[in-house]
Amino acid sequence: MHYLFIAIALYAFWLLLSGHYVALLLALGGLSVLIVVFFLLRMDRVDGEPSTLRPSLKFFRYIGWLLWQVVLSNIALARRVWDPALPIRPTWGKLDTKLPLPLEKALYANSITLTPGTLTTDVRDDHLMIHCLSPEELEELRKGEMERRIKDIGV
Amino acid sequence: MLTAAIVAILVTMVLALIRAFLGPTEYDRMLAANSFGTKTVLLIALGGYALSWNSFLDVALLYAMVNFVGTIAVMRFFEYSTPVEPSEEGEQTS
Amino acid sequence: MSSIISHLIEWVSGFFLLAGGFLCISGGVGLLRMPDFFSRIHASGMTETLAAPMLLCGLMLQMEWSLDLVKVLMILIFILATNPTATHSMAKAALHGGLRPLVKEPGDDEKGEVSSKT
Repeated sequence: MHYLFIAIALYAFWLLLSGHYVALLLALGGLSVLIVVFFLLRMDRVDGEPSTLRPSLKFFRYIGWLLWQVVLSNIALARRVWDPALPIRPTWGKLDTKLPLPLEKALYANSITLTPGTLTTDVRDDHLMIHCLSPEELEELRKGEMERRIKDIGV
Repeated sequence: MLTAAIVAILVTMVLALIRAFLGPTEYDRMLAANSFGTKTVLLIALGGYALSWNSFLDVALLYAMVNFVGTIAVMRFFEYSTPVEPSEEGEQTS
Repeated sequence: MSSIISHLIEWVSGFFLLAGGFLCISGGVGLLRMPDFFSRIHASGMTETLAAPMLLCGLMLQMEWSLDLVKVLMILIFILATNPTATHSMAKAALHGGLRPLVKEPGDDEKGEVSSKT
């Protein structure tokens, strides 16, 4: 069932990219989708548990919030770059996290990296290493709003 | 507006090239190269539309993918060229 | 009525293109001005996370409705999805390679390299 969904999504992707609807190209597309799904089956056997993020309403709400945060921090960073004094104080520190699942942790680390001004350099069991341009940003992350929102998605 | 954006992209490409030449470490050069690659994708997308090329977006999409894979590949090479274990780092600011 | 809408779309598209170009240049300037590698990553991230989507959105608003529009959207999603991975791989490679972030203490005047362990 899961693989059928992936196959349909891949075929839609192929149709979108090619834009030609003749029999030969459609058959070639079907063949390559089959090959990809076959490889995916073999890879899942190596990987163990295929954990997926279901596209739900909550997930898209989180993405929207994240993009808004990205816009805000971009504006703040652009202001700092053009400031003649260059008011930055690079900080490197620990950020404790209580997210249990690897998928949630990966989402958290990626969200932090996507926001300019903060950068994940390492992910461990119970904490992340964060490099950021000023200690205030680390404090902001420690308040844990982003973590709470990721928990709310409920992977 | 399209022309202004293309000029801005070109200026940024020049800045990234300067960083790639100055660079003190190889990581700086790779960062500049990655940034340059993203700018190339944008330049192909905007410039192709402005000059009305055929199927320029396929080229841009492919370039984005090659840029990503290339960055990962080079960085894996750098990462394992020196056998250093990552150390447990403590708090470094007051 | 439709001319008003098309004018509005043109204005919004122009704003997106100009703002994206400005952010692009600020990212380049930041790439030159920042003191060490790890802070340069932030400047480079600025051009990729907001400048690229803005420029592509401006482009999307100018194009007429076709398959190409979806392709531009796909490039946008691809850039946004791969940027954290590429950035993280660079930062991790630099840490493995022995490069340590420059950390400026609040009381310091000169830039001091602080490395707890190497």
